[in-house]
Amino acid sequence: MARRIFITGSGIISCLGANLQENLSALMASRRGTGRIRHIDTLLKDELVVGEVPYNLEELFTLAGIAPAEGFSRNALLGIIAAREAAGNGGLSDHKELRTGLISATTVGGMDQCELYYHDFLHNDTRNGYIDAYDCADSTEKIAEALSIDGFITTLSTACSSAANALMLGARMIRSGRLDRVLAGGCESLTKFHLNGFNALKILDKEPCKPFDRNRAGINLGEGAAYLVLESEETLRITGNQPLCELAGWGNACEAFHQTASSPDGTGAYLAMEKALKMSGLEPSQIDYINAHGTGTDNNDLSEGKAIERLFGEKIPYVSSTKPFTGHTTSAAGSTEAILSVFCLQHQVIWPNLHFNIPMEELHFTPVKSLITNRPVNTVMSNSFGFGGNDTSLIFKKILPGKE
Amino acid sequence: MISPQKTLERGVFLEEVMAYNADYLHCIEPVYRNFIDPIQARRMSRLIKMGIAAAKISLTDAGIAMPDAIITGTGLGSVEDTEKILGEITKEERFLNPTPFIQSTYNTISSQIAIQLKCHNYNSTYVHRTFSFESGLLDALLQIEEGTANNILAGGIDEMTLNHLQITRRIGLWKTVPVSNLGLLHLRTPGALAGEGATFITLGKNPQSNTYARLTGVETFFNLNNSFDPGSKLLAFLNHHSLTPSQVDLVLLGNNGDTNHDPIYDNFREKFFPGKAHAWYKHLCGEYHTATGFGLYLASNLLRNQTFPDILKLNDIAPKKISNILIYNHFRNVNHAFMLVQAIDR
Repeated sequence: MARRIFITGSGIISCLGANLQENLSALMASRRGTGRIRHIDTLLKDELVVGEVPYNLEELFTLAGIAPAEGFSRNALLGIIAAREAAGNGGLSDHKELRTGLISATTVGGMDQCELYYHDFLHNDTRNGYIDAYDCADSTEKIAEALSIDGFITTLSTACSSAANALMLGARMIRSGRLDRVLAGGCESLTKFHLNGFNALKILDKEPCKPFDRNRAGINLGEGAAYLVLESEETLRITGNQPLCELAGWGNACEAFHQTASSPDGTGAYLAMEKALKMSGLEPSQIDYINAHGTGTDNNDLSEGKAIERLFGEKIPYVSSTKPFTGHTTSAAGSTEAILSVFCLQHQVIWPNLHFNIPMEELHFTPVKSLITNRPVNTVMSNSFGFGGNDTSLIFKKILPGKE
Repeated sequence: MISPQKTLERGVFLEEVMAYNADYLHCIEPVYRNFIDPIQARRMSRLIKMGIAAAKISLTDAGIAMPDAIITGTGLGSVEDTEKILGEITKEERFLNPTPFIQSTYNTISSQIAIQLKCHNYNSTYVHRTFSFESGLLDALLQIEEGTANNILAGGIDEMTLNHLQITRRIGLWKTVPVSNLGLLHLRTPGALAGEGATFITLGKNPQSNTYARLTGVETFFNLNNSFDPGSKLLAFLNHHSLTPSQVDLVLLGNNGDTNHDPIYDNFREKFFPGKAHAWYKHLCGEYHTATGFGLYLASNLLRNQTFPDILKLNDIAPKKISNILIYNHFRNVNHAFMLVQAIDR
């Protein structure tokens, strides 16, 4: 029998707030965190709506609990803040004898500082302290240093599904017996680099995004970090942690269709969800809620919607995208939405798909319009799909007393 | 395998060694139209083309049409595309051509290979400096253990550019002048000789007649505050695979000519593997985040061919039979990694 994987801790920073409680409060109040750009000097700042974490670098140092120093990117600080919260409530500093890993996801990495100092990098030695911060590994190593994690660490990047894949690898490392517990998730900060990149692709909405709406017009990019602590059943007996829920299934598949577009029938999405379901041993009808990838682009929502219809048939679970709340935090989206999904199990709620108004002609279902508080939520499927067709689906399951 | 050496063809194994006097070692690239539709290739940046070509070379060599998983490690992804964007946004902050942005995304290589093969299976990308290739191999080994894949395409790929060389020279990574790759160890100066390469290997659950070697184990260690103890980690790693240092026939080390970091390798081999064959390879491929891919390619060929070219030797010991090779690599004494590669009993 394969080892079961439990979630015992979590931490988050997003435009909704700098910790779990602030994020939960905003969600419960159906209050989005997106708005104008304040902390990046970009020509796009009055054009776009984004989910920016409302703190500057100095304030992030304070939140991260470290003295301001050279070489720290916004990305690394966001990562440290969320990872520290997860490590705290997951008791990661106890039981040092356990084999603890860190698997972090990012794609833009430390580009926020690199793009400020690139000219110096090329021409002088004044910003050499930031050269190492350029790549994806830097934020992971800074988190590991901040939390004293040695041993297995790695960084994963599959664009917008990165953090979901980090959680999946974490679960697999534990299942294989190589690690006892893992801190897994992702971090991403807004940068001129990818704001302009997505802008060039013409998939950014200049208004608050409205996934699954007929008049949806694209993405609101966001930033943040979110980490979860995963443990095996054996590890639970040592730590004495009370699991928040079980990570019951995961599936990774590839569209193999186009570098930035999803296939019209959502092959990758379908395969990822199907694999996750199969692993969880659940029937489609047993999924209570799907936290959709739901970016708000024409392409994704159609493709994902079609895949959901194909897999779930007539009985489609509640579906919503929480990206109108948080913005699309790209590499951190998988773990951000994992935490939002765990909230659903803990608090027995289903998040609304903000700004949805008019149903899509192509789909038979519509997303949840307002907060649901009167339905049992025992299982949540969370989808994360990335450029390159890297699609991953995770299933979170409430631990029902007396049924274990 | 695409590298600064002649490694494009199966069976051609270091028969002619390429000597360079250069700032960095540049890959000998294949004729891409043999691997990619020229119309598609025109839009692809160099790293993507190298990745697709290396992947197809490996799959052809292995006789596998459709892998059950595609996993890529890359420390830096497409540096060329990233630099293009940085050049534009730091000047005027307007770029209209999204292609470099799309291609700068690290997972482009794995996903472009999937698109070429129409492969809907597991697909992932690791981006952790010198852990990138090893993390991908570990993922592959997990899949074999899980029974979710029988054949896996796994790779490590990185490129160098003059701009990137210049930038990273500022933090002491590289030699400051062009040097001779074959005379690298005689220089005794700080900094490594930079290089690049694209390694793809096909891992199978069961050995076939064309199998090179067995990849038995991969483990990486993050050296937090100098907590990494090479001796105890080595013994535990070998012990896990039922071996002792005395059973290792050849140690393949990551020496790169950097006097700040080569002593770690020298101490390691002298302390734990006295009287054993010691070999190195980074004078052939240069140093880069996924250079251990070249190391694994070499180890696999050494085991299969049972030849041990002099160009690789760090001492004058040559084993009669090569059964067990340990590959040891580290980056700045922070990222340490072991790989164990074993001969297939035929």
